Amino acid sequence: MPDPYSLRVNGVDCEVADSDIAESLLFVLRERLGLTGTKNACTEGECSSCAVLIDGVLTCSCLVLSATAAGQDITTVEGLGDGRDGLSVVQEAFVDEGAVQCGFCTPGLIVAVHDLLEANADPSDGDVREALSGNLCRCTGYGRILAAVNTAAEAKRSQP
Amino acid sequence: MSDVVVARSLDEARGALADHPDATVLAGGTDLMVEINRGLRRPSHVVGVAQVPELRLWSVADDRVTVGGGVTYTEMMTTPLADAAPALAQAARTVGSPPIRNAGTLGGNLGTASPAGDTLPVLAALNAQIVVVGPDGERRMALDDFVVGVKRTSLRPGELIVRAEMDRPTGRQEFLKIGPRNAMVISMAGLALVADHDARAVRCALGAVAAGIPRARDAEAWVAERIDWDNGAGVDDAVAAEFGQRVAAASAPIDDHRSTAAYRRHAIAVLATRALKRAFAQGGSSDA
Amino acid sequence: MTSEAVNTAAGGSTATGTGTDTIVDAGTRGVGADVGRPDGVPKVQGRFAFSSDLWADDFLWGHTLRSPHASALIRGIDIGPAVAMAGVYAVLLADDVPGCLTYGLEHGDQPALADGQVRYVGEPVALVAADHPDIARRAAEAIVVDYEVSEPVTDAEAAPTAAPIHPDGNVFREIAIRHGDLDVAGEVVVEGVYEVGMQDQAFMGPESGMALPDEDGSVELFVSTQWLHVDREQIAACLGIDEEKVRLTLAGVGGAFGAREDLSLQVHLCLLALHTGKPVKMVYSRDESFLGHVHRHPAKMWYRHHADRNGHLVKVEARIVLDGGAYASTSSAVIANASCFAAGPYKVPAAHITGLAARTNNPPCGAMRGFGAVQTCFGHESQMDKLAAALNMDPVELRLLNAIGPGDRLVTGQLITGTFPTAEVIRQCAYAPEPEIPLSDDRRDLPGGSGRTTDAADTVRGTGFAVGFKNLMFSEGYDDYSSAACRVSDGVATITCACAEVGQGFVTLAQQIARTELGVDEVILAPAQTATIGSAGSSSASRQTWMSGGAVQAACREVRAQILADVAAEWGVSPDGLVLRDGLVVSLDGQQEALLAQVTAGTGYEADVEYHHAPTEALDENGQGNAHVSFACAAHRATVDVDPDLGLVRVRDITTAQDVGRILNPTQAVGQIEGGIAQGLGLALMEEIVLDDGIVRNASFTDYVIPTTLDMPDVTIAAFVEEPEPGAPYGAKGIGEPPTISSSAAIAAAVRAATGQALPRIPIRPADIALG
Repeated sequence: MPDPYSLRVNGVDCEVADSDIAESLLFVLRERLGLTGTKNACTEGECSSCAVLIDGVLTCSCLVLSATAAGQDITTVEGLGDGRDGLSVVQEAFVDEGAVQCGFCTPGLIVAVHDLLEANADPSDGDVREALSGNLCRCTGYGRILAAVNTAAEAKRSQP
Repeated sequence: MSDVVVARSLDEARGALADHPDATVLAGGTDLMVEINRGLRRPSHVVGVAQVPELRLWSVADDRVTVGGGVTYTEMMTTPLADAAPALAQAARTVGSPPIRNAGTLGGNLGTASPAGDTLPVLAALNAQIVVVGPDGERRMALDDFVVGVKRTSLRPGELIVRAEMDRPTGRQEFLKIGPRNAMVISMAGLALVADHDARAVRCALGAVAAGIPRARDAEAWVAERIDWDNGAGVDDAVAAEFGQRVAAASAPIDDHRSTAAYRRHAIAVLATRALKRAFAQGGSSDA
Repeated sequence: MTSEAVNTAAGGSTATGTGTDTIVDAGTRGVGADVGRPDGVPKVQGRFAFSSDLWADDFLWGHTLRSPHASALIRGIDIGPAVAMAGVYAVLLADDVPGCLTYGLEHGDQPALADGQVRYVGEPVALVAADHPDIARRAAEAIVVDYEVSEPVTDAEAAPTAAPIHPDGNVFREIAIRHGDLDVAGEVVVEGVYEVGMQDQAFMGPESGMALPDEDGSVELFVSTQWLHVDREQIAACLGIDEEKVRLTLAGVGGAFGAREDLSLQVHLCLLALHTGKPVKMVYSRDESFLGHVHRHPAKMWYRHHADRNGHLVKVEARIVLDGGAYASTSSAVIANASCFAAGPYKVPAAHITGLAARTNNPPCGAMRGFGAVQTCFGHESQMDKLAAALNMDPVELRLLNAIGPGDRLVTGQLITGTFPTAEVIRQCAYAPEPEIPLSDDRRDLPGGSGRTTDAADTVRGTGFAVGFKNLMFSEGYDDYSSAACRVSDGVATITCACAEVGQGFVTLAQQIARTELGVDEVILAPAQTATIGSAGSSSASRQTWMSGGAVQAACREVRAQILADVAAEWGVSPDGLVLRDGLVVSLDGQQEALLAQVTAGTGYEADVEYHHAPTEALDENGQGNAHVSFACAAHRATVDVDPDLGLVRVRDITTAQDVGRILNPTQAVGQIEGGIAQGLGLALMEEIVLDDGIVRNASFTDYVIPTTLDMPDVTIAAFVEEPEPGAPYGAKGIGEPPTISSSAAIAAAVRAATGQALPRIPIRPADIALG
């Protein structure tokens, strides 16, 4: 058992005690901290539905041993809303463009698109597709998701 | 010590490993955590090395490229390493997805030692020396001596992969990889080829088509005599095709759920032919 | 209004769709409008609770021990080591199932836990509950099962004559369709043998749920499923308790596509909860999910098409063998669909089609989007291209010449009475402008993608076309009704329906329908659960827009009639002269109006209805009969770039036209079409459960690959063909399945066109092209 440790999630310090050594950050976020927005679709790094930002770096939380993330700044989908109605421009675009169906891949995509647009304000279609090539979605065929990324990018660029 | 140590220096990592030589060394987690999540591996102690600054170093010299074990795939693609070792950047770009490339490291790829490890053919083709450090100090060895079987290395208990040191030849570099879709794939067959104009040599190594990472040395020697090194003319189609066949002869593929031996052998021939032609094409340059 | 006005409608009333409805007033948020999902915001915020997100005080984690063998007798099981582990609360075996041991959608042949014998790899053998998921898993591993392994039956063709795997034998169903003059022969005859691999639904949200026991011996289950009430029926039987003691609530569903039609962990969760007296949660891992649900049936199909020299089809002969795996699931309905639609959407005067669904020791197969029609579409469309080549005829012209439509008969003898615009979808799709897709130097657009395998000069381009169809709703006499309740109180509508929202967007449609029918804006959707409303039937077979949409519409209309009747009585006018709109009751002469909120203040109005589709018949011994309610068709044109030397494919465009009846929500319709095509693309090029003596070799997202953003092209929707379907609410047809039916066949045709190869099997593997 690891010593108790603290995770800083969405700006809040959260104590983790009595955990098993083998617990992933995904498991701890979901089952110990109640942050179930981060999703558990494959737990093998093949779908990105568990994507979070760790010190600003897009990461599959299923592949992070939780105790090793102590002291790092973790941002989950729950920590991304900022604008109108608590939605970020990315979240708003996903709602408006019909990019959500079952919604299981959505949180990971929201995090990944935030990451993409931070790094590249005006990505080409190829850039978007490559950046999101790890975010599996089984419902949409990606068409509305790509439309939402374009909409979000435009909205972000037009922000003051 | 705690069951989980996040080492902040190489000394701290070495110390933790000295205390628990059986500890699991965890870098990017992209391979190990899959096993842990599936319950296939239950570590008693973990030493996290992703935040060891010494392992994240890389350097580029005129004739040498050094890449720390903790350098991520994303860093291989986005730092000056991409120009100094283009095949490494090309291979890195085929690994998993962007978040995987942000986490996965060269040391992790080496430590897992899968025949399908994407950077391994590049390291082989660049004559890489693998440098490890352990209780008995530093050891260095060629890739062939490091990877000794399918997912087996010669790493000893308590040892850490510190860096890989590789050639920086003057010619072009090519990495090509086949998977079952257009992104995020495990290699069905992969190949790295580098042209070394100073040494008048072609070096070519193969992934996912043998228990190890074979170099196609006979084919390399055969084709080196057929390259017009002085005038830089392109490679003749027939030479490229025969080179492909000779490279394929260095493979020893198997049938598995990902593909067949026959396809893999065929594919290696095609990839080698194309890689050679690209490496000696007039104009252009190696892209990622 | 007075409380006497409330119609609680115990037992409900019955409505049957008749005539084509007109859309009264779509408004800005009603039927036909581009309205967003009510669950969209919580889903983008990560606040939407899926079935894996549940939590209760002091809950336990369940885990399933599964068979590693495809065929074995169980000589003994020692649970001692597992029971002895700290943190373990229960270890259960077949003997602990108090009621009926077996369950099944059509035929109850599948044990909830293996009883002395295992018949496929992954069959549940034992259950564990523990206070940590890893302890549960370790305890399951500690159970010692003494297996006597035997040779599995893995060849569906050989299964009928092999020793029986199960007391019910190795044949789930054999079907024969004999139609017209079977002695007739065509002037031109083409033959082919085609195969389709085993596809997986690969939804993103793994099987999961939570069961909470009650002191009275009842149990509450929160679960992701496609059909709450049929789950309840099967669970109650296995638990040996009354259905009323099993209360199901739909938890957030992370996609379904057919894989949640059968039970997976439902009985297991309830058993563990009732046994331990504690809430129990289970979440399958991805590898377990691949073993824990049914797959699309792999198929082998023999075809012989006869035509006259002008291209008119004369006769179609086919033999279809589906591998149903170890248990029945929906195999008997899937083989019926495969057989009924085996000739495609064409006028075929004579047909002899035989179908067999066989039991093997492979993983059980059942429902997946397209349900039998996908497999035979690949067969009949491959044949139509082959026939066109033999006739030296344009393949699109050949299809148009034979296209079926209203007034024609299917090979089952059924007269087409509804809309069936085959020729129109063919024309709209095939004659849409070819997309201009320049050959790109960007490797992300080329076959092989980031693997850098392929330069533009290494590729050849091809275009292929296919058309397919299937039935809407269940067939062969099945009355798959739906139920809905509507309540209007204080001007707000509340809709209760047990329709499983699996991502398709029924929740959006339900609100749109209520707005249109009631002239309200605010529509609350009550939870989908068994305790509050009757069955909605399954979220499958492209049926919920019609069936649950129809139930919601009928319930709303009944409430509307009650309100208008009361207001008319008060005003002394005829209810025919009153309408509901914009939150008002308005007389058409403009003389009077009242706020709906006032009219419905307090207890309000309520109606509860069952909605049935027109009855259908069983097929007779010659496979003839009016077995189906309605049909929908779609056409696809695929443009691909192929690297023939390496056998790699990049799909560059899919153009489609689809028979939709009426579009109720344009964006959701586009999403269904794009998503369905992606699954068709996966089947055409990459998706297959690889089996080796019954063992699944690729039970992971690492090795069962589904399309990524770099595999899916842009989809061009050339046309929604809108011919309102008589009897359907607003004339709308279900649209979920047609995109998956012919897209695979179109892509395969395009690869053939590019390479000149026969490619009789999907998925097309690189070796099939490169070494073919």
